Amino acid sequence: MNKLQLNGREIEVQDSDLSMTLLRFLRERHFLYGVKNGCEQGLCGSCTIVVDGKAMRSCKFPVQKAVGKSLITIEGMEYPDGRVHPIQQAFMDAGAIQCGFCTPGMVLAAYVLLLENPQPTREQIRKALRGNLCRCTGYQHIIDAVELAAKIMHDQGLPVQAGCLQGQSA
Amino acid sequence: MTTEKNYRNDAYAKVSGRAAYADDVNFAGALHMVPVYADFVAATNLQIDCADALRSPGCVRVLTAADVPGSCTYGQIEQDYPILVRDTIRSWGDVVALVLADTREQALAAAALVKVTATPQKPLLTIEEAMDPYARVIPSYGNSNIVVHHAMRHGNPDPEFAGCELVLEEDFETQTIEQAYMEPESAISVPRHDGVIEIYGSMQHPFSTRRFTAAFLGEPLSNFEVYTIAVGGGFGGKDDTAACVCARTALAARLLRRPVKMTYTREWSIRESYKRHPYKLHYKVGFSSEGQIMAVQAKILADSGAYLSVSPWVTWRSTAQCCGAYSVENVHADVYAVATNNVFTGAMRGFGSPQVNFAIEQLMDMAAVQLGIHPLGIRRMNMVKQGSRTVTGQLLDNHTVSLEEVMNKVVHEIGYRKKFEQCSRGKSEGDTLYGIGLAISYRGSSLGAEGMDFCTSIINGQYDGSILVESGIHENGQGSESVMLLVLAEELGVNLKRLRYRRGSTSNIPDSGTTVATRGTIMGSSSVLIAARKFKELLAGHLAERLRCKPEDVRFHDDKIWGLSFDYSLTWEEAMKELFLQRVTPYAFGTFQAPDVSWDDTTGQGNAYFTYVYSCQAVELEIDKKTGKIKLLNIVAGHDIGKAINRAMVLGQMHGGIAQGVGMALMEEILRPEGRISTLNFDAYKIPRTTDLPEISGIIVENHDPNSLTGAKGIGEPALELIAPAIANAVFNASGKRFRSMPIKINPEDLE
Ligand code: FES
Ligand code: FES
Repeated sequence: MNKLQLNGREIEVQDSDLSMTLLRFLRERHFLYGVKNGCEQGLCGSCTIVVDGKAMRSCKFPVQKAVGKSLITIEGMEYPDGRVHPIQQAFMDAGAIQCGFCTPGMVLAAYVLLLENPQPTREQIRKALRGNLCRCTGYQHIIDAVELAAKIMHDQGLPVQAGCLQGQSA
Repeated sequence: MTTEKNYRNDAYAKVSGRAAYADDVNFAGALHMVPVYADFVAATNLQIDCADALRSPGCVRVLTAADVPGSCTYGQIEQDYPILVRDTIRSWGDVVALVLADTREQALAAAALVKVTATPQKPLLTIEEAMDPYARVIPSYGNSNIVVHHAMRHGNPDPEFAGCELVLEEDFETQTIEQAYMEPESAISVPRHDGVIEIYGSMQHPFSTRRFTAAFLGEPLSNFEVYTIAVGGGFGGKDDTAACVCARTALAARLLRRPVKMTYTREWSIRESYKRHPYKLHYKVGFSSEGQIMAVQAKILADSGAYLSVSPWVTWRSTAQCCGAYSVENVHADVYAVATNNVFTGAMRGFGSPQVNFAIEQLMDMAAVQLGIHPLGIRRMNMVKQGSRTVTGQLLDNHTVSLEEVMNKVVHEIGYRKKFEQCSRGKSEGDTLYGIGLAISYRGSSLGAEGMDFCTSIINGQYDGSILVESGIHENGQGSESVMLLVLAEELGVNLKRLRYRRGSTSNIPDSGTTVATRGTIMGSSSVLIAARKFKELLAGHLAERLRCKPEDVRFHDDKIWGLSFDYSLTWEEAMKELFLQRVTPYAFGTFQAPDVSWDDTTGQGNAYFTYVYSCQAVELEIDKKTGKIKLLNIVAGHDIGKAINRAMVLGQMHGGIAQGVGMALMEEILRPEGRISTLNFDAYKIPRTTDLPEISGIIVENHDPNSLTGAKGIGEPALELIAPAIANAVFNASGKRFRSMPIKINPEDLE
């Protein structure tokens, strides 16, 4: 049986689903509608998810290649009790959300950056989010949000790990 | 009670991935529908053969114009836009059939089997070809390809030019732009037990959607209920086309008696949806030796594409604002919209002003150079001031005309004066050229004489003290619901927790026009305030006795209702219960009508808008001498928006508008060789990324506007309309070269 970790839980994948893209698989089989489709060609970053700690475009990622891996979607960022992750809180506090269509992908791209580099410069944040398009915000408040999240997690000693994974180890 | 300044009622849903956009809404048993395009740009005698498609696995039905019970065409002004083409194809974006199947994959496979034949015609793709008196008439109405002509006759410029020290005669060109909202169009229609069809769509105007749908199905408006759901951006671009996507699902849902969903790919979205008008602008401007603008003659041509949409309104704004932010005594302007076989053009944030500003704000810098005057000096001399008359003859006396104040603030913040002296002007020691540039604008708020301007709101108190509010303004993702909640919380003196925004539908509130023209804030919150005042009056009347005071002495603050002395107060829970015990419904309905505007079509004179937003944006940049690449270093933007109800949101709108303006200035362009769009996704249609933008600082200037009940006027569009000329001016100050068309691309050879 094909298995993979999805937001901290092990799931089984039907053979017939192996050729789907992760974008369609996550939306249609697991109803994870936070995975957004902005272009379906790997060009906009709306469909960004985290695969084994790396930001990936789910619209170009076959389910086959995800077998045995650990996936995080926006739905896995919050804690099991419903509290949002500090990155999500920072997006709200910094006014980084407008239409919200790019937000899940942005949050996850920021998450991957902060996993690797907990205190990035603004320049580094810009580089890390380069693949994620936003048409509403001009990115200014998004960069502010990532900076704010890094500061808060650092100052309060909060772990960067996605909420669903922390819930598991606790 | 003061409120949280960056409050949004949708922030949690969006940041947690739970906000449901149209494609996230599902109903059991839904069919999937996809559009069929024909690879013609202009053709007649359309024939469609569906036989193979219908035999394809899972295919349920193919709909064509023959299945349409109502009108195949509709539109906001002329009813010319084909929701399904009957016989004549006028652009490459036209939809000829709709294929329904059990799954989307099956629908796509079947759609590929639909055979379309037609007799091709020679496409007319340029304004010049279309204006040829012998050219084929493209529109289905009227008898000319010149579909709009607005004239402005203010004074008489002709005799003035002879006495001018400097006469500039210049041509400018702007490109076709895609709104590029991140969420492509999508809709799902669901038949309800009572025969009504419910529609959930990614559109910016539920009422417009309902009009398109009712016309298409030939049924009354009340047969459709269009709901507000999360929308992934619109920027003016989710009206006509998005409404048609909804209307088509409604037709299918009616005929097949099942829920029907249609979600666009990015490619379909760019192929079919309307764009920003490309303009050709010819200006003749005469200046005195001191730099005073003595006379302006302008001829402006806009490509309206195959269908009219709101071209008359877009070009009307270009007419009213054809001289930018300046007072000029003698102006003759003629603005035309011309039908071609290009994919049609319509509303996009900025709406006819980014194009004219691109010309005017460069002309001001050009004149300054030639007359040896400072760019700030020439602007200060000519700009509208308190008590000025605009080129439409409107006296600016009913609000604070703060253009100079706004410009001064931006100039100071960015250090324009000193940096202007340091510009490279084509020469530098190192590998880069440095330049700074700025632009100013004033923008009429709301619809102005373009359309009917009113809005309604409803406040519905519940017996436990909680309160529901709704208005006819539709949330497009810009946060208008949150602004209205903030305004209401402040007016009623209550905690935000007490308030909920009721999800809007076309069946529970009167049509209040579209959320366009930066009118969401000014109209929506003003109508909420009117309803709130009525609501308070009602409450005061029925609670005065218990509060031991006269109704006029009842006060609302600190989340309670108070009498004259602090000894007497009621919680909202007590107050609402009291009303219900008195058998009074705590309910209020408020309508805000925009102040009167006026317009004379033959002279282009009148009070065009009831108030104006004043703006200045400045930019610093660097040009790489070897590659010609432009790197933006810093942007400062100042806008007098009357009052900021939610600062974070205002700044966010500024940043976003500027980013779109930067895209227009430097990278974006819809290419359409032979009328077929080739820039169908983000690999070819490039919009700004994080690394294309510099840090942006926004300055909010707040001169409360007496024309708006809240004092606020809105920021959506002013933010976008002037960074492009500021960039063009900075490029000139860096390189010594003028760029009269966009996007600005520098060939390094030109720098030598
Ligand atoms: S939807 Fe995957 S990158 Fe755009
Ligand atoms: S918030 Fe709308 S695309 Fe980013």
